[in-house]
Amino acid sequence: MALSPEVLAEMYRRMLRIRLFEESAQALKTEGVIPGSIHLSIGQEAEIVGACMAVERRDYMLGNHRSHGHPIGKGAALAPLMAELLGRRTGVNQGKGGSMHLADFSVGSLGESSIVGSGIPVAAGAALAAQLRGEDRVCLCFFGDGASNEGMFHEGLNLAAIWHLPVIYLCENNGYGATTSAREVVAVTDIADRAAGYGIPGEIVDGQDVVAVHEVVTRAVERARRGEGPTLVEAKTYRYDNHAFGLHIENYRTTEEREQWLRRDPIPLLRDRLVADGVLSDDAAKTVEDEARAEVAAAVDFARTSPFPEPAEAFDHLFTVPLPARTAG
Amino acid sequence: MTTTHTPRPSTLLVPEARPAAEPAPASVPLARALGAGLRDAMAADPKVVLLGEDVGRLGGVFRVTDGLQEEFGEARVIDSPLSESGIVGAAIGLAMRGYRPVCEIQFDGFVYPAFDQIVTQLSRLHQRSAGHLRMAVTIRIPYGGGIHAVEHHSESPEAYFAHTPGLRLLTPSTSADAYLLLRQAIACDDPVIFFEPKRRYWERGPLTAPEDPPPPMERARVARPGTDVTLIAYGPTVRTCLDAASAAAADGRSVEVVDLRSLAPLDWPTLADSVRRTGRAVVVHEAVVTAGLGAEIAARLTEECFYHLEAPVGRVGGYHAPYPAARLEQEYLPDLDRVLDAVDRAFRY
Repeated sequence: MALSPEVLAEMYRRMLRIRLFEESAQALKTEGVIPGSIHLSIGQEAEIVGACMAVERRDYMLGNHRSHGHPIGKGAALAPLMAELLGRRTGVNQGKGGSMHLADFSVGSLGESSIVGSGIPVAAGAALAAQLRGEDRVCLCFFGDGASNEGMFHEGLNLAAIWHLPVIYLCENNGYGATTSAREVVAVTDIADRAAGYGIPGEIVDGQDVVAVHEVVTRAVERARRGEGPTLVEAKTYRYDNHAFGLHIENYRTTEEREQWLRRDPIPLLRDRLVADGVLSDDAAKTVEDEARAEVAAAVDFARTSPFPEPAEAFDHLFTVPLPARTAG
Repeated sequence: MTTTHTPRPSTLLVPEARPAAEPAPASVPLARALGAGLRDAMAADPKVVLLGEDVGRLGGVFRVTDGLQEEFGEARVIDSPLSESGIVGAAIGLAMRGYRPVCEIQFDGFVYPAFDQIVTQLSRLHQRSAGHLRMAVTIRIPYGGGIHAVEHHSESPEAYFAHTPGLRLLTPSTSADAYLLLRQAIACDDPVIFFEPKRRYWERGPLTAPEDPPPPMERARVARPGTDVTLIAYGPTVRTCLDAASAAAADGRSVEVVDLRSLAPLDWPTLADSVRRTGRAVVVHEAVVTAGLGAEIAARLTEECFYHLEAPVGRVGGYHAPYPAARLEQEYLPDLDRVLDAVDRAFRY
């Protein structure tokens, strides 16, 4: 199925938004205005956008610790995300979640967490809700190679398989859990092979090719909507930055390996393809780039000028109703 | 134990949560009261679904969910694999989409594989979504010893969860509270860990609480009024303390017994009021004393009631050792003698 020029251009736009958002986050972190650590998606934009654009806005999505890109991939506005990174009250989490809780619920996100693998059984539950309601919504669950070693991976995939739940488990295999190579700690070469243990399809896709990811995930979504159950998709990808920005530890990867992956940077890869295929002219591509740059700059301005939460707001939303005064504290 | 489930229409509406559909039997076992609470909650709200190991076809290893799958179907009473993290994780996902899942963890010790989902996700997702998500999840856990089981089947893990912001913890000691608190837990939009005193499952009591309207779930209950010392208990040790109070009365001591009902939040005003009147307090629980709820209660009562206290707040509970197998458990569990010894100590100052 050939994608329309509009869809391809939108893919490029969303990938650029992620890249530029992340580059701004790098600069703001260096400047010291972002608290805590940030885990950047630079290099992984194609698998994020390819997967997110294969589902609809009404479909659910769960992220992880490296999840700035996921809400952007699903079409979220940038300003509340950037404000959250800066810990401002206007952020998607009112400035109390920060980088690893960048979920935008308005685009179907059901949350992000730094507990690796924690979203995997939760995704099964959200999909079970869709099944019980008789809806044809699906749930797209992102996690990494490291999460595929966690017990929750097994429990979640098993539940989804036995109940034929409409979930797309998308493993973003970027080759490393922090600084440990997946080759050393994952018992199989291809994580997609683990699907066999649950009797579900496992697919491998080039994570640097947004169109290929879109095609594979679309197939998985169609299966899920037909009630045929979950699919495990493994996107082979790479993060160009450290595990967390500023770690400055690169002794676990070779320069040659990084350069090899940089040659397949998904953004120029797509741009060149769109220009070569006549989908976008050079000028049109430039316009998309200028617009994305302006959007990110506006998001940074919004975030910088937003207020911080008051200390007492740390207690907000601890419970759905404030505890009676006689018991609080 | 086998019970025959008799379907009956329910006119129950939350939050009244009073079984009014037909005259309640004079007294029912605590486990049956829990079953009635689940049944009426499911009848009142189609979003209530049950999830757990052996809860459906079998009706639960303690038969609390007996007859519910038959009545409400497999889509609402879901037999899950042995997969505690998966059960709680799936419940979280269900709650995100508006369901009110009630999970059963088969035995207390089996909650540890689900600990991560409870502590890192369930307890904080309402706040981590700036209020967007409501975690109306109830996790039922049969807890405590006294049934001649082994460790992991006899434990009292409540302190781990009491330490976690964002969770509510309830535990009934009577059939009436079993019904009422479970209805309130399921109706609550916050996550509730519901600890069921399994060795009291077969003790009988009226299904209906005397108070009308029923008390809120955060409220402690003075189970027996007294003037000389306050025994603070919950779940399985309330009965132990009531027995101790009766025995002490024979010695001329007037013992007040407070049943906490809610372990998080704790009802400090009721506790402080009692201790200011009696001047002495002993906390009694099955859980290990070290860093248990008794430590928190003793510290807070000392801060709030220091000038009223005639003696340090005492604690009686489990020893700092894994729960011993059946032959030793009567040594391990707080019994009448250990409670009365602690009362005696409180009078030595």
